[in-house]
Formats: sequence, structure tokens, C-alpha cells
Amino acid sequence: MSKVIPLDEAVGQFVRDGDLVYAAGFTHLIPFAAGHAIIRQKKRELVLARATPDLIYDQMVAGGCARKVIFSYMGNPGVGSLRIVRSEIEAGRLEWEEYSHFGMISRLQAGATGLPFMPMNPTAAGDLERLNPNYRTVKDPYSGGDVVVVPALNPDVAIVHVQRADADGNAQIWGIIGEQKEATFAAERVILTAEEIVDETIIRSDPNRTLIPGFIVDAVCQVPFCAHPSYTQGYYDRDNSFYLKWDEISSSREATASYLDEWVFGVSDRAEYWEKLGSAVHDRLRIQSRVSVPVDYGRY
Amino acid sequence: MADYTSSELLTINSARLLRDGDTVFVGVGLPNLACNLARRTHAPNLVMIYEAGVIGAQPARLPLSIGDPTLVSGALSVCSMYDIFAFYLQRGNVDVGFMGGAQIDRFGNVNATVIGDYAHPKVRLPGSGGSMEIAAWANRCYLLTPHNKRRFPEKLDFRTSAGFLSGRAEREAANLRGGGMLAVVTDLGLLEPDATGELVLTALHPGVTVEQACENTGWELKVVPSLRTTPPPDPEELRILREDLDPQGIYLKGSA
Repeated sequence: MSKVIPLDEAVGQFVRDGDLVYAAGFTHLIPFAAGHAIIRQKKRELVLARATPDLIYDQMVAGGCARKVIFSYMGNPGVGSLRIVRSEIEAGRLEWEEYSHFGMISRLQAGATGLPFMPMNPTAAGDLERLNPNYRTVKDPYSGGDVVVVPALNPDVAIVHVQRADADGNAQIWGIIGEQKEATFAAERVILTAEEIVDETIIRSDPNRTLIPGFIVDAVCQVPFCAHPSYTQGYYDRDNSFYLKWDEISSSREATASYLDEWVFGVSDRAEYWEKLGSAVHDRLRIQSRVSVPVDYGRY
Repeated sequence: MADYTSSELLTINSARLLRDGDTVFVGVGLPNLACNLARRTHAPNLVMIYEAGVIGAQPARLPLSIGDPTLVSGALSVCSMYDIFAFYLQRGNVDVGFMGGAQIDRFGNVNATVIGDYAHPKVRLPGSGGSMEIAAWANRCYLLTPHNKRRFPEKLDFRTSAGFLSGRAEREAANLRGGGMLAVVTDLGLLEPDATGELVLTALHPGVTVEQACENTGWELKVVPSLRTTPPPDPEELRILREDLDPQGIYLKGSA
């Protein structure tokens, strides 16, 4: 059954005010187009969870969509501060809840596998565990030693970008696979965006590469270049110069507002956004191909 | 006047801490350069692991972030974020972790979270990322930093990751599998833990004085009797850094 609908419709239907949203992707495959659609549709009071909020949540916070962020590394990767989220936190205008990477991803792992919590070995760091009551220390019933536990995270909605999916949402990812699978299995509702919608036979030709089965996906949206300024492995490069430029833009309220006016509210969808970026940017992000050697699954 | 920058000095001295065959949890910036330099000099079998889930990376260009696509193409393996922290780090398959952070104290504990009060931050920093686990579970941890009182305070505002806590005895009691903060490389020299876990000055770079190191440390810095001078960067190390690894001088031009 086809679940293919336009991204705006998927966001309208599956993202609700007050939702806990997990837009997945560790640097790779970050679904910026969906973030922009959420800003355009003026969703409010969202709780935005991501290991690295990245520019997508900086922009959504600037767009007035969030009441709270949940994260484990709040920086502009490789550049420095994530200025909007940081200044909202420093000003006391934005709630936050914080973990280490392993704590954050363990919460998703528990949520994705139907467990109430996940155990981790102690790190003895102390301060974060003292200040975030979701960290608890319990006894290992076998050895009697301490283990640190964090509760399951089950987002209301996960948004996941992939290289290719079929119309039912069976999805394949390669490159950095971060926490897409975990976010998808953990969430109540799932919006999938894909560079390409392909025939089911292509998915079936390489089943080991399918991280997400269609039957847990609610909407499939074909959104080429969805991840810019993040990237899609094998499709286009990370726009590092935009990550550097955002450091400047986000240091002024006026520049941030005019960025959103021009690049989020000023376009109707991702296709228009990509067109507006222009051929110089397209050329800069174009990559050469490096294909893997095909594997033989055999005929049985 | 030395014919190298303080960033080059930090990078080269960090590279020399790596051993052939080490698996290293690499960060971006200078640690990334240090690992690539080591791989091209004395440690050709270094395995570079990135917390984004890449194992055995051979980056063809300098990655801006730890999730750059160049880390993936040609790597040995790519895994999920859960797997990299659980199978690799927690299980004990990482030899070396490079730490970052704004403050480090005399026992190698690091603050990467906040300046001021946590609930009402004066300066909100990025936070732990993977450092809480790296500090606890990597066999050896190293940190590269400019040497000044702001970076080496008497007391941390927040303890993001564990060094030797209040001393080696407390870390041992905590039963962490990793060996803790084993070296801090600065633009002035090298600090290493003594028998109690306190970071003491064990080496100075050429031309640096003990007074300079002490004046730039927020606690009363102890100096070992057998204080060494680090060998100056050799021309081949500088050539690889400047010509092959960072030809545009993105990381190496300035001071650290």
C-alpha cells in the first residue's frame, strides 16, 4: 500500500503541537526540509529531542516551535556554539534536559526495543547524573555492583531521512547510520523522507541494507536534497561553508529572522529551496561516485 | 624564534603519544591531525574510530565535523551510534580517547558543560557528547589544550567527565575500566599524573621555562625532578602536517 504523500501533508497530519519530536541523523541525513515545513506550519510547544540539536533545531527554536530541547551535545559540529539554543537557555527561555551521547542513545534503544530502561556501566562523572533525575543508579542483581540506568524515550513522532525507500516505507540507509533505526522503532508515528522512491524489487535485491521496515512507517515523502546543509552519502556533500556561515547568521537576531524569512517562509517547498541555492552551490556539493562491489545473495 | 606554530607543537607532541596498532577514538581538529600524522610516521597500523560510528577511517580530506562523509568512504566498518558506544567503547575495544573541554583540574577531571551555575548558566558549553564515556572507558585518555589559568582552574564549575576524581584512590574505588587522563599536552609542555593521580609537569617544550608553566596553571603545579625537554618538531613531521594534512592551514596556522 502506498504511503507516499507530500511532505507538507505528512507534517500537517503527523506532527501536532506539544509533540515530542525526534528528527534523526548523526550529522548525516538530517531532515532539514521537514524542520522547515514544521517552522512554516507554525507548530508550537514542541519538545525537540536529538543527540546533537544541530542547525535544524537551532532554526526550529528560532522559529518559535519549541518549548524544550533534549540533547547530548549542543554545538555546531566542528564550528563551535549552537548560538540560538545556547542563548535561549542562557536567557532562561528554553527548558532543557541533558545526557551524554551514550545516555541519550540508550534511552532510544530502550524505547525502540520495548524495554522500560537501559543499563550502562558507571562513568563516575557525577554532576550530570546528580542534576538530571532521569539518571538513576541501581544494583546489578547478579554481581551486586552498580549500574546506571536511563528510561526509555518514545517520541510522539520520528522524522527520518533515507537514501531510498519503496512506496510502503521499506527504507535503506548507508553511510553513518546514527540512530535512525532506533528513532523509528521508538516513535509512535514515523515520517520518512527519501532522496528516491524506488520499486520494491530494488529493496528486495539487498535486504541487509534495509534498516526500517515499511510496516512501522506512517508517511513516505519523496524529498530530494532534504538534508541540505547536512548531506546524503553518495548523493551530495555536507555544506560545511553553510555550517560556518550559520555561526555568523545566528549571532544576530535580525540576521536569523531574515534568514528564516528568505529561506524558510520565502519558499514553498524543498524543490524551490534547492533551486534558489543556485548552480554554484549545486556544483560545490556535487560528488564523484564510489560504488561498492555488489554482493551475491544467491538464488535458492 | 621557533619556526613552528603552537598548534603544530600540540599536534606533533600528541601524535608521539600514539602507539602502532592503537585503536583511537578521534575528535575533529588537532586530534584528527595528530592521528593522521601518527599513521603516516611511526604508527601505520593505527585504527581511527569516530564517535559517529566509523571504524578504520582513512579520510581523504580534512573533516570539519566528526560525521563527515569522507570518513565513511573507504572505512573498514560503519555502525550505529549505540553500537559504537556499547560494542566498542563500553566493551573495552578503544585504546585511546582524545578529550576536549573548557576546563581541566589537577586530577584530570574535565568540564565541557557550563561556566557558572548549571541551572542559570553564565556560559553554556556544548556538553558531554561522548566524553563522559570516553573518559571512563578508553584505556588511555589524552587532552590537548592551550596552557592558561582559565583552562587550568583550581576548581571546575562542572565535572563533565572523570579523570582521577579526588585522586587515584577514588577512581580505583569507582572501578572504571579505563586508565584515566594519562597526558595533557599543552603549548608549554606535558602534564602527566603522579602516583596520587595529580597532574604534574613532566616535560617542557624547547625554550619554555618552569615559571611560565607554573604562572599559567590555576593550582600549585608540581614539577618532577626528572623534567624533560620535548624533542623539537622534526622537518618531516612539519612537512606532512603542512603539505599533506592541512595545506590550507585551517587548523595549524594560528596559536592553539
